[in-house]
Amino acid sequence: MTPAPAAIPFNRVTRPPGPLVIDIEGVTKLYKMGSEIIHALRGVSLQIRRNEYLAIMGPSGSGKSTLMNMLGCLDTPTAGRYLFNHKNVAHMEDDELADIRNREIGFVFQTFNLLPRSTALANVELPLVYAGQPHHARRERAMRVLEEVGLGERMYHKPNELSGGQRQRVAIARALVNNPSIILADEPTGNLDSRTGVEIMTLFEQLYEEGNTIIVVTHEEDIARHARRIVRLRDGLIESDAPAT
Amino acid sequence: MKRLYYEITESFRIAFAQIRANKMRSALTALGVIIGIVAVTLMGTAIRGIDTGFQNSLNMLGDDILYVQKWPWHNVEDWWNYVGRPPITPDLAGRLNTVIAQTPNSLLDIAVPVAGRGTTAKFGENKVSSVFTIGTNSDYSRILNVDFKEGRLFNDTEDASGRNVCVLGYDIAEALYQGRSPLGEQVFLNGHPFTVVGVLAKQGSFLGLMNFDNQAVVPLEAFRKAFGVRRGSELRVKVRDKNRLQDAMEELTGAMRRVRAQMPGVRDNFSINEQGAIKAQLDPVKQGIAMAGLFITGLSLFVGAIGIMNITFVSVKERTKEIGTRKALGARRRTILLQFLIEAVSICLIGGIVGLALTYGLVLGVGAAFPAFPVEFSISLVFISVMVSIAVGIVSGFAPAWGAARLDPVVALRYE
Ligand SMILES: Nc1ncnc2c1ncn2[C@@H]1O[C@H](COP(=O)(O)OP(=O)(O)OP(=O)(O)O)[C@@H](O)[C@H]1O
Ligand SMILES: [Mg+2]
Repeated sequence: MTPAPAAIPFNRVTRPPGPLVIDIEGVTKLYKMGSEIIHALRGVSLQIRRNEYLAIMGPSGSGKSTLMNMLGCLDTPTAGRYLFNHKNVAHMEDDELADIRNREIGFVFQTFNLLPRSTALANVELPLVYAGQPHHARRERAMRVLEEVGLGERMYHKPNELSGGQRQRVAIARALVNNPSIILADEPTGNLDSRTGVEIMTLFEQLYEEGNTIIVVTHEEDIARHARRIVRLRDGLIESDAPAT
Repeated sequence: MKRLYYEITESFRIAFAQIRANKMRSALTALGVIIGIVAVTLMGTAIRGIDTGFQNSLNMLGDDILYVQKWPWHNVEDWWNYVGRPPITPDLAGRLNTVIAQTPNSLLDIAVPVAGRGTTAKFGENKVSSVFTIGTNSDYSRILNVDFKEGRLFNDTEDASGRNVCVLGYDIAEALYQGRSPLGEQVFLNGHPFTVVGVLAKQGSFLGLMNFDNQAVVPLEAFRKAFGVRRGSELRVKVRDKNRLQDAMEELTGAMRRVRAQMPGVRDNFSINEQGAIKAQLDPVKQGIAMAGLFITGLSLFVGAIGIMNITFVSVKERTKEIGTRKALGARRRTILLQFLIEAVSICLIGGIVGLALTYGLVLGVGAAFPAFPVEFSISLVFISVMVSIAVGIVSGFAPAWGAARLDPVVALRYE
């Protein structure tokens, strides 16, 4: 029995989409593996507005992570246009991209990617360090976000003193802390049992309702169903793009 | 600017957390730096010590004394140009002093004749050989740069009448009289009896070669009677202002030529020596030793630096995923570069400080055990070692840190 479908409220709200945040057109990504060229993305066009809750689905190797990295400005397209908040980021320098990631994007990883030797609080503070915020402001903001994700009691714990679900909550708090334009989560429940996975998806639901823009990559239908819109990839191309039912 | 500051403090925090998390590894790496810093700083203290000892020795010759002699202190190839020079006779001193007195605003103070030879000193059964015995006049007190342990120099009357009185160096007095006061006792110098009127305080030896405490000073007349001055003597001329030594030397040259009635255009038939000439001759040797010493010990520091570089490469490798995460969170290249540089520098600094502390302990220990051994610890040494440690950290940490900074975030995040 998977409790996941039951976790989706029947009367769920769908917020009206705001202004365009992500606008990509004809984006391709090639990887060279020796003499072989791998087409991870073969021309993807996608528009995402503020206050959307989007799931990206597709079989393994279809290019989900590649697209996600592109959307998150971790990577630049081989060809195509990418406007983030109307700014062309397709050809930006490393450090400019770093600043966009810092201010505009919150990442949530499948493997949590917390710094093992830092407390939950220090982990959540990290993006604010890179944003150049003073110590006390950092602390205050990080504490508030940790409370928001329900970890007010665990702020001074190190990752290895936390459960998987708690770790992912820390990671979500870290993604939220700098008030990003979008939250990108690549298989956020991939390393969690289904019950904890549902907890995390409930948290995303709550964040969405509070006005965040969320993009989740998953290959589980149950997880994708939480979103309001589902984009399906196959072989580096968008196969379908439709509201979730 | 503020951001940089937070990044740096954060980097230090991470660096120390990292060092604490890998205590053994960090300690072993730091050990390389410790050994390097100990070796280099010990060499540094030794070089400084030798330098000081050398300077002290030179100061015994007097930095305000010019030596008028037949031979120069540096080696000469054309010895035949010197061998025919007339000997420097003691009477030149008086004539020189007359010239000095006639010269308005003379830079020279006084000329003192000094004749010398080796003798054997005896008192009862006790015997000291190779006593450097000098005959001079009572003006010697003006150029003497050591105090009397007891007694005095012979006075004008004793000097003029050539009385057999003498002043003994510290070591001879100790050897002959073994703790008793030699004042008023008879000492036999090459069999000639002299009454001891004074003992000089301890001075030490010159470059470990010539023992200044192994001298005996007698009136010139008595010296002449006992030993003769056929081998000639030297003049020691005190200058008024040691900062104008060069001018004083020129004046002295002129005065000597006048006293000796040398025609213009004829080469000087005497040499004027001073301690600076020895210094100038030995300095390159000293610097050569210092360079070689620092180079050899520097090699051990180099090995320590390689250790740091290695450990930073390892650190970057095993934290590749963390680097990817940090980049995803907005760390710039500079941030990552700084983080690993600061980590490398921190280990080096710890190594440097521990190394310095060890050196300090060793120097104290050596100083206590062998007071004569020339080692010297100094604040500038602390400063330099700290700077060197930082520099080693930066230089050896740079390549791995740069590699980390330039990692592609996607590649780094995929790293397992
Ligand atoms: N750095 C890379 N170098 C070479 N090929 C790559 C690289 N990254 C991705 N690929 C290739 O690009 C294609 C798409 O990979 P991607 O990781 O985007 O798939 P995915 O949809 O996320 O798969 P999964 O569901 O297994 O995570 C795959 O064929 C993959 O092998
Ligand atoms: Mg993937």
